[in-house]
Amino acid sequence: MQAIQLHQPASLADAAKLRSGNDDARFLAGGQSLLAAMKLGLNSATDLINLAALPDLAGIKVDGNRIVIGAMTRHADVAANADVKRLIPALAVLAGSIGDRQVRNVGTLGGSIANADPASDYPAAVVGLGATVRTNQREIAADAFFTGLYETALQNGEIITAVSFPVPEKAGYVKFKAPASRFALVGVFVSKGTGGVRVAVTGAAGSVFRAAGVEAALAGNWSAAAAKAVKLSADNLNSDLHATAEYRAHLIPVLASRAVTAAG
Amino acid sequence: MTVNVTMKVNGQSVTAAIAASTLLVDFIREHLRLTGTHVGCNTAQCGACTVHVNGRAVKSCNLLAAQANGAEVTTIEGLAAADGTMHPMQAAFKEHHGLQCGFCTPGMVMSACELKGKLPNATDEQIREALDGNMCRCTGYQNIVKAVKAGLAA
Repeated sequence: MQAIQLHQPASLADAAKLRSGNDDARFLAGGQSLLAAMKLGLNSATDLINLAALPDLAGIKVDGNRIVIGAMTRHADVAANADVKRLIPALAVLAGSIGDRQVRNVGTLGGSIANADPASDYPAAVVGLGATVRTNQREIAADAFFTGLYETALQNGEIITAVSFPVPEKAGYVKFKAPASRFALVGVFVSKGTGGVRVAVTGAAGSVFRAAGVEAALAGNWSAAAAKAVKLSADNLNSDLHATAEYRAHLIPVLASRAVTAAG
Repeated sequence: MTVNVTMKVNGQSVTAAIAASTLLVDFIREHLRLTGTHVGCNTAQCGACTVHVNGRAVKSCNLLAAQANGAEVTTIEGLAAADGTMHPMQAAFKEHHGLQCGFCTPGMVMSACELKGKLPNATDEQIREALDGNMCRCTGYQNIVKAVKAGLAA
């Protein structure tokens, strides 16, 4: 790996300052995507700002009808958390399906959504539940957070502190895994709650997106059959060596129907 | 840039000044000369480099040594008793022929040992799922699963 300057700030303000004005600096959360990318020469960061020592960024709290998960909370801890399993079991299932066990022991919620890999799992939950991303500067609605391929609404020096998930009436997540990488070839998160029906799709396009056609079908009739009957266009979906756009378009309603079944 | 790290490795406190970019696996192998931990793919896929950091199985090729500063690290060398008696999981791998070339074995054993604290009565399917982060290119996994099952029960 390239030589780096490693910064170990003790406060959010110091961390933000280190990033401001340095385009070659990156925040280090768990590092499970970042370090791998640097080793492959896909990321040329010269400075890493380790967020591990910052206080209060890890942990899971129930706050009224929401679960607030700190940005540095590891996937394994979300998957095993009793409150998450009780209130949003689909979120626990999703966190427990990321990567492999060793990756889940280190990787974090904030790191995952800041990286915004188009095939990662957490964006599906953030958008599929209509969560709110909290940063050191503001609150960002899920629908405004993911803006493109590895792109988010985060500004230079902006640090995710937590994600606040509303507890839904029902939710389910099912992904079709690429066998080698375990990333989602397509993953679909469905939920029904006070904000209505949401259907978020990961792995199928440049960024997570809401499948409006499936949402409309499920709003009228929350059933696996209603989701499965939807026909989606393959326009703007990914085609690669793993699957064509048409195949992905076919998978979305199929996985949505399975997610509805999983939601119970 | 040089950073100072201090950690407890297999019960022994170690301190070193190392390049900030040093990966934990390189610190373990090159600085501490504990070469039981292997580097297979070096892209966080194969799991041969699995060690425990504060009791959790992690891929040491995908972690900076500095990220383990202050932590307790256990490597494959830390499992056997002082008199050389193998850890029950190591013994189970031997007994059930859970290895052929042996390259993946240190990672397999470390990964399986973490499972003992979490899923002591794991089914075959749960063991396969739990070992998802560890690849073996020789055995076809049958005897590894047998070994882990026996090791968990021991």
